Amino acid sequence: MEHFVDLIGITKTFGRELILDNINLYIDKNEFVTLLGPSGCGKTTTLRIIGGFEQPTSGELRMDGENMLSVPPHKRKVNTVFQKYALFPNMNVRDNIAFSLNLKKEKTAVIDKKIKNMLRLVNLDGYEKRTTTSLSGGQQQRVAIARALISEPKLLLLDEPLGALDLKLRLDMQLELKNIQKELGITFVYVTHDQGEALSMSDTIVVMNAGKILQIGKPKDIYDEPKNAFVAKFIGESNLTDGTMLSDFAVNFAGMDFECVDKGFEPNQAIDIVIRPEDIVITSPADGKLRGVVKNVTFKGVHYEMLVDAHGFLWKIHSTVLSPEGTEVGLTIAPDLIHVMKRDESSIA
Amino acid sequence: MRVALLKRIFVYPYGLWLFIFIVAPLLIIVWFSFGGTDFTLYHYARFFSPLYEGQPFFQRIYIAVLMRSIYLAVISTVICFVLGYPLAYALAKFYSHKSFLLFLFLVPLWMNFLLRTYAWLTILEQNGVLNAFLGVFGLPATDLLFTDMAVVIGMVYNFLPFMVLPIYTVLRDMDKSIVEAAQDLGANKVQVFLKIVFPLSVPGVISGVTMVFMPGVTTFVISNLLGGGQFILVGNLIEQQFLRVGDWYFGSAMAVILMVLILFMMGLIKLFDRQPKDGRTDKTAEGGALY
Ligand SMILES: Nc1ncnc2c1ncn2[C@@H]1O[C@H](COP(=O)(O)OP(=O)(O)OP(=O)(O)O)[C@@H](O)[C@H]1O
Ligand SMILES: [Mg+2]
Repeated sequence: MEHFVDLIGITKTFGRELILDNINLYIDKNEFVTLLGPSGCGKTTTLRIIGGFEQPTSGELRMDGENMLSVPPHKRKVNTVFQKYALFPNMNVRDNIAFSLNLKKEKTAVIDKKIKNMLRLVNLDGYEKRTTTSLSGGQQQRVAIARALISEPKLLLLDEPLGALDLKLRLDMQLELKNIQKELGITFVYVTHDQGEALSMSDTIVVMNAGKILQIGKPKDIYDEPKNAFVAKFIGESNLTDGTMLSDFAVNFAGMDFECVDKGFEPNQAIDIVIRPEDIVITSPADGKLRGVVKNVTFKGVHYEMLVDAHGFLWKIHSTVLSPEGTEVGLTIAPDLIHVMKRDESSIA
Repeated sequence: MRVALLKRIFVYPYGLWLFIFIVAPLLIIVWFSFGGTDFTLYHYARFFSPLYEGQPFFQRIYIAVLMRSIYLAVISTVICFVLGYPLAYALAKFYSHKSFLLFLFLVPLWMNFLLRTYAWLTILEQNGVLNAFLGVFGLPATDLLFTDMAVVIGMVYNFLPFMVLPIYTVLRDMDKSIVEAAQDLGANKVQVFLKIVFPLSVPGVISGVTMVFMPGVTTFVISNLLGGGQFILVGNLIEQQFLRVGDWYFGSAMAVILMVLILFMMGLIKLFDRQPKDGRTDKTAEGGALY
């Protein structure tokens, strides 16, 4: 099947610096794709290339099978919610949002109706006449979202669109955006720092670091099967340690041999081990594979986070059952919850 | 407390400076314009008075000179704007070479104002550079010197930088992402310019217009040199009253009239800046933003 958007071997250098290194990514119609990665990894640059504000040094960009690189930004059927909002200071909220419709010479009555709906959607009822400078950061951000959405583009690029909102509003807007995306059938390319946001909203997550794509996958797959230690660390919390693959289905770490579900490594190959905090089970000291002492307990709302000192490593464990500080405990880990990963030195930031 | 005190102390010299060099001379001029110790409105009346009974208002000699000054200043300002805006735009746009272009542009400014204007004398005069140049192509010689045109050329040449620089500054500092947002929403180059770039550069245009119009309407040097003295502007009138005739009272009255007129015109221009950019925007929307 033909993809909606194709990034093929996109490379970008600024001066001598390699900013994007051979980015290959396809996006399907109606897909919600999230670019996730640390600051400076090239997320905004990727969006700018799709939007037409930056030309890649090499590579191809296709949309509906057509070469996009020679198409100027105003002719691309792509709208952007900019990281810094970029509202027009010479226009009020209404005229900002109406900008694209005014260009298309839509009737005022139609525009007014659409704007009313849009403002309701972003929770800014009655803000039509306000100047953009009189809005808070979060309100400006929502105006930027409304402005980009109103013309119902085929593809919407959102660069950390909820960054300036408080937690409550952010969760509301996450739901709203997700609903809008599904209802209007718009393809979203979404940039965020927030892995929770990425996990809950996306169909596909693209984990980037230092200009490279490290892993592309469904949220659950990326969470459960991180390709390397960087991805594991970046998505969700994890215990990360090094170990040795003994043979197929047998691994050694923390000075002990464990059963696991991985195979196909060289005997005695050095590997990275990732274990999620909720996958370690606390038992009585006698029943545990590892034995240690609870050093620290923090209440996190739904669960407790306990740090257990065992076999020279501080294990982070999430559990709804409290083991108080100072208790001696045992730890067990199910074989399929031990994630064995090839060591990839270059990806460890 | 200490900071406040320090601030006050530092404000005093500035206040003193302001008073000695700006407020005091103004007060003295106003005082003279009302006849000094013997209060009279005679000097103002003289400015507006007809030469003969029933002379139409705008043909009265001083009024006519004032109108002519305004007319030439407006023409020069318009030409400066028409030439200056694209220049400022180009300077701001091709910012990679900006330092060099800007340098080229500013070099003439380092030369004395009088010298620069004298240079035009040699260009425009009967056997001057311009006619020599036209002669090369077999074109008829022009007789520009000592005409309105020469005065306008002199003003445009001398004041163009004051139009270009404020516009250039505004354009250069304009947030590029705003332009990108407009493109993103489907605006082509012309639309981006008309709907975003130009409206946002209006404050620069207003500064530029002010800085060209004001010296333009008060100049006497340019009209003296290039207008040959026969083309009298209100600046020349004031200069004459002070330096040749020695009538400080009448000179002051004219200066005050000119000042009031300029203030009034500047006020009018400033109104543009506060107009909502879109006809549909009503005033109440601006709310507290109206200052
Ligand atoms: N115009 C430019 N000239 C030079 N370097 C640039 C330019 N734009 C971006 N960069 C560099 O490219 C790298 C990636 O920038 P980018 O803005 O894409 O990061 P990002 O992933 O969006 O980061 P953040 O999460 O902080 O927004 C950074 O190191 C940045 O300094
Ligand atoms: Mg960014």
